[in-house]
Amino acid sequence: MIAAQNISVSLGTHAAVRNVSMEIGPGEIVGFVGPNGAGKTSLLRSLLRLVPVDRGSVLLDGTDITADAPHKHAQAIAYLPQGQSVAWPLTARRLVALGRVPHRSTWETLKPEDEQAIDAALAATDVESFAHRPVTELSGGERSRVLLARALAVQATVLLVDEPTASLDPYHQLTTMEALKATASDGTAVGVVLHDLNLAGRYCDRLCLMHEGKLVADGTPDQVLSDENLARVYRIGVRRDDRGDVVVDRRLSDAP
Amino acid sequence: MSRRSPYAASMLLAALLLTTMAASLFLGYAPLGVGEVFQGLLGVGDERYVFIVQDIRAPRIVLGAMVGGSLGLAGAAIQGLLRNPLADPSVIGVSSSAGLGAVVAIYYGFAASSAIFVPVFAISFAIAAMLVLVWLAGKDASILTLILAGVAISSLAAALTSLAMNLSPNPFSLNDIILWLLGSLANRSFTELWIAGPFMVAGWVLLLSTARALPSLSLGEDAAASLGVDLRRVRLQTVFGAAFAVGGGVAVSGAIGFVGLVAPHLVRPLVGHDPGRLLVPSALAGALLLVLADIGVRTIPGDAELKLGVVTALLGAPFFLWLIIYTRRSMR
Repeated sequence: MIAAQNISVSLGTHAAVRNVSMEIGPGEIVGFVGPNGAGKTSLLRSLLRLVPVDRGSVLLDGTDITADAPHKHAQAIAYLPQGQSVAWPLTARRLVALGRVPHRSTWETLKPEDEQAIDAALAATDVESFAHRPVTELSGGERSRVLLARALAVQATVLLVDEPTASLDPYHQLTTMEALKATASDGTAVGVVLHDLNLAGRYCDRLCLMHEGKLVADGTPDQVLSDENLARVYRIGVRRDDRGDVVVDRRLSDAP
Repeated sequence: MSRRSPYAASMLLAALLLTTMAASLFLGYAPLGVGEVFQGLLGVGDERYVFIVQDIRAPRIVLGAMVGGSLGLAGAAIQGLLRNPLADPSVIGVSSSAGLGAVVAIYYGFAASSAIFVPVFAISFAIAAMLVLVWLAGKDASILTLILAGVAISSLAAALTSLAMNLSPNPFSLNDIILWLLGSLANRSFTELWIAGPFMVAGWVLLLSTARALPSLSLGEDAAASLGVDLRRVRLQTVFGAAFAVGGGVAVSGAIGFVGLVAPHLVRPLVGHDPGRLLVPSALAGALLLVLADIGVRTIPGDAELKLGVVTALLGAPFFLWLIIYTRRSMR
């Protein structure tokens, strides 16, 4: 379980996260939604201590880890940042094997359980067919899935992923969300930043809606994705289709 | 690529290096026969042969391998840290700072009083430059700040070196400075090895200890930190490792460019692009390259001995060009 308690983060003079408290319990998949610049990524990075918090604390299984360096707790918390850049043309499998780095000492070779974790991650993200190709030769979407497999291979108790579906085709958006759901059902606490509100509504147990650094709603998808919230935060008017999915109808010129 | 074994490549390169070093013992101005070289090695027979083999040839071969190894290793580690195949030890300013130290020693006449002063000054300047770099780049600075600060230090050291040449009091010290800057292993003894060797070895230890962190850095700094990489520590290990290894190397051989840039590229087709697995093969390739270049220096006929830095670039650059054409698909 990972929790933020009254966290505030500033980037330069800009207050990116303002007094946010939330938690992700074991077996739970929590979606972070909100417009661009709402502070979703900064909140995730503060949980990883990649940005210093001005106030508040980060709790990992009830222990205060706010002051711990970012490289601590690598076995417990896995993180997939935004973007798909990889510096060198490593093969997909070699890249996914990096997920086992927190579990090994420097010169140790891969143990059978490491190989199992890598195979499972490759299967979960549907990338086995190009496991031996250099990642630099893959398409953006294929590379995103390989990078997600890298994060899954850590088999941490907390998994934080930032926009894992951003460059994926619809089929692999679904497989990615299913992989995250399956990871959560194994007892992992999963936090995921999403821009697709319907994916968020369909797969997440709970949603955290952020706006201008503040957490403005935290609850079930139905509670959070209300017409009023979407109008106020996203400045959009919406309809619902027959299965309850959000259909963006129009842009609102001003908040009501 | 993952199936290419770095161990097999390292063994192959090590065997090639040892063979080349051994062959190098038999090559030089003095036409020594096979028997005479063996007598010289064992310290028996004609004193002149013993002197040529043990005091002229052996030190320059061992130093050549150590300096080349330092450059190759530092180049691979810096390319891995900066995630940039164009980086080499000169990017962080270590080579030019060490060069400036040596030039100061020559310029102020310290070098004339004892040969020890050149390596001592070179290493001191390299370490001082890295202290400034780390101070400039700060505690949490980005890789970009590190590169920019390194380039600034490098430019300043180059400018001061030029200034020393500009103001040189007499043509002899100017000549000394220029010859030194072209790089050479001629007339080096084991004294230089005892002074600079420990620094190079300390640098190797620091650089090799980055092997675990460098592959994770391929994913970027945030992801690497989440995999347990202490970013600050790996930066310090690389910067000071390069300062010790390259500073020690430049201190004995003068400025030898190119090896640090080329050596990692030479071994990537053999061991793949994993920056952690590249370190040892790259060091061996650097050593091999420099020992080969030094053989060239000693055997290419001519009035003046060619300078090592010149030969390294002459050998390395065309090969590098060929390599770029050969591997450009995978480097996209």
